[in-house]
Amino acid sequence: MATTARQRTGWTIANVVVAIYALIPVLWLLSLSLKDKSTFTDGHFIPRKWTFENYVNIFQVGGFLRPLINSIGIAVISTVIAIVFGTFAAYAIARLQFPGKSLMLGASLLIAMFPQISLVTPMFQIERQIGLFNTWPGLILPYITFALPLTIYTLSAFLREIPWELEKAAKMDGATPFQAFRQVIVPLAMPGVVTTAILAFIQCWNDFVFAISLTSSNTARTAPAAISYFTGASQFEDPVGSIMAAAVVITIPIIIFVLIFQRRIVSGLTSGAVKG
Amino acid sequence: MAEIVLDEITKRFPDGTVAVDKFSLDVADHEFIILVGPSGCGKTTTLNMIAGLEDISDGELRIDGKRVNEVAPRDRDIAMVFQSYALYPHMTVRENIGFPLKLAKVDKAQANQQIEEAAAILDLTPYLDRKPGALSGGQRQRVAMGRAIVRSPKAFLMDEPLSNLDAKLRVQMRTSISRIQKRLGTTTVYVTHDQTEAMTLGDRIVIMRAGLIQQVGSPQELYEDPVNLFVAGFIGSPSMNFVPGTIADNAIDTVLGRIPLTDRIRTTLDAHEAPREVIVGIRPEAFEDAALVDGSRGAGVTFTAPVDILESMGSVKYAYFSLENAHVDSEHLAELERDSGTEEIGQAQIVTELDARSQVREGQNLEVWFDPDSIDVFEPSSGANLTAK
Repeated sequence: MATTARQRTGWTIANVVVAIYALIPVLWLLSLSLKDKSTFTDGHFIPRKWTFENYVNIFQVGGFLRPLINSIGIAVISTVIAIVFGTFAAYAIARLQFPGKSLMLGASLLIAMFPQISLVTPMFQIERQIGLFNTWPGLILPYITFALPLTIYTLSAFLREIPWELEKAAKMDGATPFQAFRQVIVPLAMPGVVTTAILAFIQCWNDFVFAISLTSSNTARTAPAAISYFTGASQFEDPVGSIMAAAVVITIPIIIFVLIFQRRIVSGLTSGAVKG
Repeated sequence: MAEIVLDEITKRFPDGTVAVDKFSLDVADHEFIILVGPSGCGKTTTLNMIAGLEDISDGELRIDGKRVNEVAPRDRDIAMVFQSYALYPHMTVRENIGFPLKLAKVDKAQANQQIEEAAAILDLTPYLDRKPGALSGGQRQRVAMGRAIVRSPKAFLMDEPLSNLDAKLRVQMRTSISRIQKRLGTTTVYVTHDQTEAMTLGDRIVIMRAGLIQQVGSPQELYEDPVNLFVAGFIGSPSMNFVPGTIADNAIDTVLGRIPLTDRIRTTLDAHEAPREVIVGIRPEAFEDAALVDGSRGAGVTFTAPVDILESMGSVKYAYFSLENAHVDSEHLAELERDSGTEEIGQAQIVTELDARSQVREGQNLEVWFDPDSIDVFEPSSGANLTAK
């Protein structure tokens, strides 16, 4: 193709533009978090006076460590539980015929589309009554509820792609249904599981509505909710610097999470299974 | 090693369709048996029922005299080779072949030895540490075989194992499957829709159609004595020619001329109380270029027609004739045509296999000779062979 070079340049430019467009707010965030109080509003993209004071402040004065631990703990537990149940459910939906299958899929879609805000008041009342208010389980429960539809949908799509004959072959080779699932299906579905896990984790991690409504102290308050409670040293002081620093901090776990697992998100793992 | 008995096995699907209807068959120990038929005839369903991958609706399946209807596939001690090979892509060849042993908790050293042996039989030793994705089609097929033979099961089930290979490799693998089966002596049930594979591999062949057994027999029996139109049309390549005929005065009138009834044919026709209108079947191999026939020529029948197409195979020549009013309308044959995709052609063609010495050219008139005793006569509505033994 004669146009290859031109096409490549075109695509490179397009990609760079998109990347810059997406990254500018993040860089701006980073820049603000590193600026000294006195230079906040100077409008320079690159800080004139560098400082890590904001980062030190949020942990020392703002007590950001505890919400961060809450966030990580709650998001990880919710993701793990949602993935385990989601994989089983998705497998059933992808592979088995049972009555009420479409009803179940419909119900999970319904939950995914349900406006979360409308659930906040009833959830608040219920959780207060049964003593879940301001606890980890109190947040884990709704997070699982909303992560499950996502995991079931994405995973059943992945599982449908795995040739059914592999499972029959495993059965003939002497595997119990669970062994076939565990040793053949799950390893092949791993890229799907990991992708889904990242999506579910981000969903839980980013939640604000439930986190702010169902917690009242640092016992269970997650990072996004805690940020909203940041105050300056006095009521006349703007906590922008702390908020920016905290925002940068909560982005880091997601980046780490994605970097660790991106190696596992490889397509084409099933090549060679069946005729090719 | 085992004997497999299928006793009136029936498969009824939840929607009411009967895929396999009262299928009865005794597969002897060490036997290589082939289930063959057009797509949708129930052969794969039957195989899956033997494997335990499909429930048996009715009837009894016995392996070594024990009823196994309710036994899970993994406890039947049967290995299966799938059409798609179904290799585990995340495991190496060694792990793939060793998977049944790992599940059976065979100890490592012994398992390794068995894997190496299986790999040696199949010439897979250099590839043991590769993943299936890095293998060719033929190698993948052999890995699938390896997974089956490694644990010396009671029986092999093979579901069209060669249909994804190219023609040359298929012939090669066909002989090696045959050799491995002879060497191991394991009872084998093999499903295919390819009649050549069936003819060359099987000790016995079961021809199925719409869930029913049509005929069971050795390849030679099926070729020489097909019980009905369906079997006659299915077995043999190129397949048998069929023309309509009318029995009158000790002969059958057909577009190929008046075929006198020989004593053998007359006796069997009388015994079957043949109707006047019949279908006559003649194998392409029964024809010969009249110019090359001497001596027995007087006893034969000849017809003359222009050669439509001539194919020279080197060892033989195939001459095709288009004859008017030669088309046979029979549901028994229509199904075969549907399966092979030739139904649209519609026009009746007579295929003749001639000696390579024949001097005929395309478009020329040719006098073709055949022996009136080589024909089969079929009853048009039931399709039954009226000249069968």
